[in-house]
Amino acid sequence: MNAIEVERLRKEFKVHASRSGLVGAFRDLWTRRYTIVRAVDDISFAVKQGEIVGYIGENGAGKSTTIKMLTGILTPTSGRIVVNGMNPHKEREKFVRTIGVVFGQRSQLWWDIAVQESFRLLKKVYRVSDEQYRRHMGEVIEMLEIGPLLDKPVRKLSLGQRMRCELAAALIHNPPLLFLDEPTIGLDVLVKLNIRQFLKQLNERYGTTILLTTHDMSDIEALCERVIMLDEGKIIYDGSLERLKERWGQGKRVAFTFAEAVTAAFLRQLTEGLNVVWKKGEQPNVWVAHVPPGGVPEVVSRVAARCALNDIHIHEVPTEEIIRNIYEEGAVHG
Amino acid sequence: MGKYVEMVRIRFLMMLAYRTNYYTGILIYAINIAAYYFLWSAIYGGKSSMQGMSLGQMTTYVAISWLARAFYFNNLDREIAMEIRDGKVAVELIRPYSYLGMKAVQGLGEGLFRLFFLSLPGLLVVSLFLPLQFPGHAKTWLSFGLSLLFSFIIFSELNLLAGVVTFFTFRNEGLLRAKRFIIDLFSGLILPLSFYPDWAQRAMMYFPFQAISYIPSMIITESFKGAAVRDGLLLQATWCIVLLFPIGWLWRAAKKRLVVQGG
Repeated sequence: MNAIEVERLRKEFKVHASRSGLVGAFRDLWTRRYTIVRAVDDISFAVKQGEIVGYIGENGAGKSTTIKMLTGILTPTSGRIVVNGMNPHKEREKFVRTIGVVFGQRSQLWWDIAVQESFRLLKKVYRVSDEQYRRHMGEVIEMLEIGPLLDKPVRKLSLGQRMRCELAAALIHNPPLLFLDEPTIGLDVLVKLNIRQFLKQLNERYGTTILLTTHDMSDIEALCERVIMLDEGKIIYDGSLERLKERWGQGKRVAFTFAEAVTAAFLRQLTEGLNVVWKKGEQPNVWVAHVPPGGVPEVVSRVAARCALNDIHIHEVPTEEIIRNIYEEGAVHG
Repeated sequence: MGKYVEMVRIRFLMMLAYRTNYYTGILIYAINIAAYYFLWSAIYGGKSSMQGMSLGQMTTYVAISWLARAFYFNNLDREIAMEIRDGKVAVELIRPYSYLGMKAVQGLGEGLFRLFFLSLPGLLVVSLFLPLQFPGHAKTWLSFGLSLLFSFIIFSELNLLAGVVTFFTFRNEGLLRAKRFIIDLFSGLILPLSFYPDWAQRAMMYFPFQAISYIPSMIITESFKGAAVRDGLLLQATWCIVLLFPIGWLWRAAKKRLVVQGG
């Protein structure tokens, strides 16, 4: 069974366009002009139970709007949504019992009271029995290492501490489906690792389906086998992360640090016929060769034979760069 | 039911989180009533009664009006407006409860807290200095209690209505402020309605405002007797029900119009 099914989903917003200048401002008092902005444009996809899916895209691509429609907060302009077998905004109160949501940029805990008081309220709201709470939340609290934070008011927690508590709060009713909207925004590396590890365990132990949006590609690499990429409200890639890398991230990057200045023309001439693209690095005398698969030994030996080198670095194309390339080059169909 | 009781508890905790607010609250309450007492003694200026009310009755009227206001007053309209403005309404909508219902319960929690921990201590302080006259009949107190509950419901309904309008306008501080002054003025909090000119009194019969403050205060000062008490309560109950309709209708329209701001 699919946890999420979306068909030709669309959301349009009416945006008030202000006229410019003082005269324009006065005219706005009487009549206003509106433009229709299509934030989500006829997208279709399905997510199977137990999957972890990364939902990525630039700011304003329509990620958050989609999540808000999937969670029943926003009403779609058109299209069909079935999540956990229900229509989210039609049966909102019944539906939201089956999902957990974390918004990285907003707190769902009560600011002035201790974390455990918030938990207690949510426990009542979701009608979780004491027994269930002790068993499930005991584990969650232990895994996220938030035991010592429970009696502190939320406003006294650091961002990392708060985020772990938010995650625990979203899981009080042990939902089969979890939406995470930028859960690691602004967190340090240790907390990110802790959260990722926790999400993995959650997925393995309870088979929790997770849909997450993020700008941090290392989140995606650590967690998701599948990514859905969005641009201007349209899906431009839906498939495995592996395939994305194969198609767009083949080859290696070789960064040479030369002992003295060299020119691009010289380097191009040196590696003629190898299909290498040279780009100037960020430090002085550093040049980066974009080398197609299998070409690294030849490039290194040719360069080393002619130039004095201080250092060589070889690495794979980072996912961030792949994503950036895709956005720059436009839509791909995978 | 459990979740609503729990929410009242949480509201209590939130009110207690800031102690200074609590103590200054009692002080402000006492000062307010004292100020009105001196104002009214100056207006009476030795006259034994005005519009059928003695100075003692008037002082009691003012003290009770403010006591009642502490209970029925809440800022639900502003809270809703704020939650819409900064997008926090999204978090509320992913919870399995009715948004407006939970808001009303939060208002009740706040009202109960202020009634028992703010107004009653304040009233006790004031009664040491001012000649307040309270009725001895249990029936009057009972009617007053019921009337006060209606006041809370009507006031909250008006606030929810004003709050939901924010779903359409996004910014309506001006409207909310105007609404607040209108209620203070026309509900009989500042001046008993019997002091208004006849045409104004007649016009106000068609608005829910007098059901908020004027009726409970008239009941407790025993200015309303017998059938007048019953009519007053009936009028309040009617408004409680009538106001539900525009709320339900606006709320359904509002959910479709909702735009969550800020990411």
